[in-house]
Amino acid sequence: MKNPLRATLKRGSMAGVATAGAAALLLSGCGAAPDAGSGTATKSDFVGCIVSDAGGFDDQSFNQSSYDGLKKTEKDLGITVKSAESKSNSDYEANLNGMMSAGCNLTFTVGFLLGDATKAAAAANTDKHFAIIDFAYDAPLANVKAVVYDTAQAAYLAGYAAAATSKTGKVGTFGGIKIPTVTIFMDGFYDGVQAYNKAKGKSVQVVGWDKATQDGSFTGDFDKQDTGKQVTLNLLDQGADIVMPVAGPVGKGAGAALREAKAAGKDVKLIWVDSDGYLTAPEYKDLMLTSVVKQMGEAVEAVVKDDTEGKFSNAAYVGTLANDGVALAPFHDLDSAVSAETKSELDALKADIVSGKLVVQSQASPKK
Amino acid sequence: MASKDKSSKDKNPDESTSEVQAADVVLDTAGGMLEPSLVPVSSQSGDTGHRQGSLLRRIVMGNGFVSVLAVIVALFLGGLLIASTDGDVAETSSYLFARPTDFLLATWEAMTESYVALFQGSVFNPRQGFQPLLETLTVATPLICAGLGVALAFRAGLFNIGAQGQIIISATLAAYVGFTWHLPFGLHLLLVIVMGVLGGAAWGAIVGILKARTGAHEVIVTIMLNYVALFLLDFLLNTAAFRRPGDNSPISPRLDETATYPVLIPGSRLHLGFLVAVLLTYGVWWMLNRSTIGFEFRAVGANLVAARTAGVKVPRATILVMAFAGALAAFGGVAQVAGTEKVLTGGVAAQIGFDAITVALLGRSTPWGTFFAGLLFGAFRAGAVQMQIQTGTPIDIVLVVQSLIVLFIAAPPLIRSIFRLEPKKKSKTPKVAPQAAVANATGGAK
Repeated sequence: MKNPLRATLKRGSMAGVATAGAAALLLSGCGAAPDAGSGTATKSDFVGCIVSDAGGFDDQSFNQSSYDGLKKTEKDLGITVKSAESKSNSDYEANLNGMMSAGCNLTFTVGFLLGDATKAAAAANTDKHFAIIDFAYDAPLANVKAVVYDTAQAAYLAGYAAAATSKTGKVGTFGGIKIPTVTIFMDGFYDGVQAYNKAKGKSVQVVGWDKATQDGSFTGDFDKQDTGKQVTLNLLDQGADIVMPVAGPVGKGAGAALREAKAAGKDVKLIWVDSDGYLTAPEYKDLMLTSVVKQMGEAVEAVVKDDTEGKFSNAAYVGTLANDGVALAPFHDLDSAVSAETKSELDALKADIVSGKLVVQSQASPKK
Repeated sequence: MASKDKSSKDKNPDESTSEVQAADVVLDTAGGMLEPSLVPVSSQSGDTGHRQGSLLRRIVMGNGFVSVLAVIVALFLGGLLIASTDGDVAETSSYLFARPTDFLLATWEAMTESYVALFQGSVFNPRQGFQPLLETLTVATPLICAGLGVALAFRAGLFNIGAQGQIIISATLAAYVGFTWHLPFGLHLLLVIVMGVLGGAAWGAIVGILKARTGAHEVIVTIMLNYVALFLLDFLLNTAAFRRPGDNSPISPRLDETATYPVLIPGSRLHLGFLVAVLLTYGVWWMLNRSTIGFEFRAVGANLVAARTAGVKVPRATILVMAFAGALAAFGGVAQVAGTEKVLTGGVAAQIGFDAITVALLGRSTPWGTFFAGLLFGAFRAGAVQMQIQTGTPIDIVLVVQSLIVLFIAAPPLIRSIFRLEPKKKSKTPKVAPQAAVANATGGAK
């Protein structure tokens, strides 16, 4: 019984493969051959490398932004780029060792989980340079540059804008995992809302995060969009009409929940994080009030450029509103939803933060 | 029902050819086996010493030869996959007809480069000598330990999906002892191991107790306990006791030097845990084949009713085997925190507990089989790093290729049918015909 079956299967699949193959060749194989010896762009012998954390380079968050930034320097500065994506925590040390034997001049590592591995690799390879994204050591290491962000500053503005725009008097936020790089957004957002309440004598509430107790809603990972949707529905049920998910791709789950709510006639809005969501998550651009942006790609490019010019330093880079390392994205399509008065107040707040008159504090803020 | 087939077969071992075929069935089924009740049965014949059959047939039909073919097929298919994702190949394919040599050369280079990188990353390269091999052994250590835990439970007829949770619990306890207590060298490491292993054993025993007392299915219990362990760890990492002072990140302090496995060969990451894994492998082999309790485990796995009739205390055996399985997996957790990572994070167990299931099945649920399957997986994991960095092959493709290789190795019948190495059994005497049919069916169907 099985022999004829297998024969049929074999004949069928072979024919299919042959046809598909032939078609593919006919469709794609007809171009002209390039002249030999073309494509000799000037190449630097500088090798820039990057090791991701377990989130991978497609996390729509800091791994991806850093990777894109480094990839950009491959074209702009003509350096060679090598990348290693970690699948688990056990990979960090192995990947870094691999990078060391691959002759990397400057190696980026992404996230606090790589802190120990980077420290060990830096100690063993004092002639090489490192940069770690979103993490800083208590005592700076001679050949490691920390790249961190005072995200609370930009999130503060987002919180103020959300409070001023909310119709229900409640705004919501939730995180992926309770780690400092996530809670710093939520702290800033919370304080921004409180600032609005104080200035206007209102009582807009934040659901999903309490700065005082450092407790709130989390989905538990940065993968499951469905959980993000559930949590968002929950926040909407509690009366929030503006939601800021701080959970990488899980934010799309929030977008889906808000889309449903909007279809049901509710006036709801989304605040994106890390990148300008109007550009990076365009399917939800009609819901996008604004975004709290961390310019990670730009920072990576700047560090590479400095190092190729021999100007590497181990002084930490702290992204702030002042140096445009963090920013509040434009309101884009929802520009009309924000009053001119609010906009000028946001400008004033930003100026105060830049000048140092106003200090946004969070337990998670980078240590000075 | 399959166990009945098997037991009836075991009753007439007079016919020598039937032994050979029975062994074939055993080996065939063990690899692709998915039904829990069948696994231990297939592993019953600890001895593979059938001396009958022509030498040529044994070589051609033997597992070694089929495995080599499997690797060749997998490497070829994987190579095509790598080539199809390679930038140069895509570029040259656009002018395939104008200059086909470019395309073929690019394809060949993409394939060979990747495999050379895999070898250089896992066994030997001119720059570092045999350093990569040591890395392979390091990565394999937790896989072997956890794989043994899964394999042992298989032999007693229990499908232990819970290695992941057992690793997490043991890693948590071991790490806690490792960074909070400050004790002299030797004693500290010993306590780390003891606490970790006790934790894993308890986590396994819970499953055994629930199974023995209430009949709860071990698959669902182990899966749920995995979640319990994982989220318990996430919770603990957010408490002050498990965090570094002054840091809010969910990462524990480093374990004391005294709490970690000493490095065996300076310059590498290979630690004492590997030798522990070797000892454990021998220990499990001894227990299964030489001890009364091991015999009881196998009896329960082979036929629960018969074992009970014969006087085996089935509940006791169930609880014990799960506790042992948990303890073995726990050694994997200890190897993680005290061997390679030296800190406790939410991802401390990675995918080890799940890879361990594959490792155990690939090793046909025998201790030494599991050991070598663990080494193979370790080599893949270690080699993936070089494959990724040297050739730029995306890590996901690397993992796809590796999974393909495992798939082919684990399914010898597939390879036999591709190369038309079908056992010709129709000419046998009528007496063994039914068994030949069974062998054929199992061999062909999987």
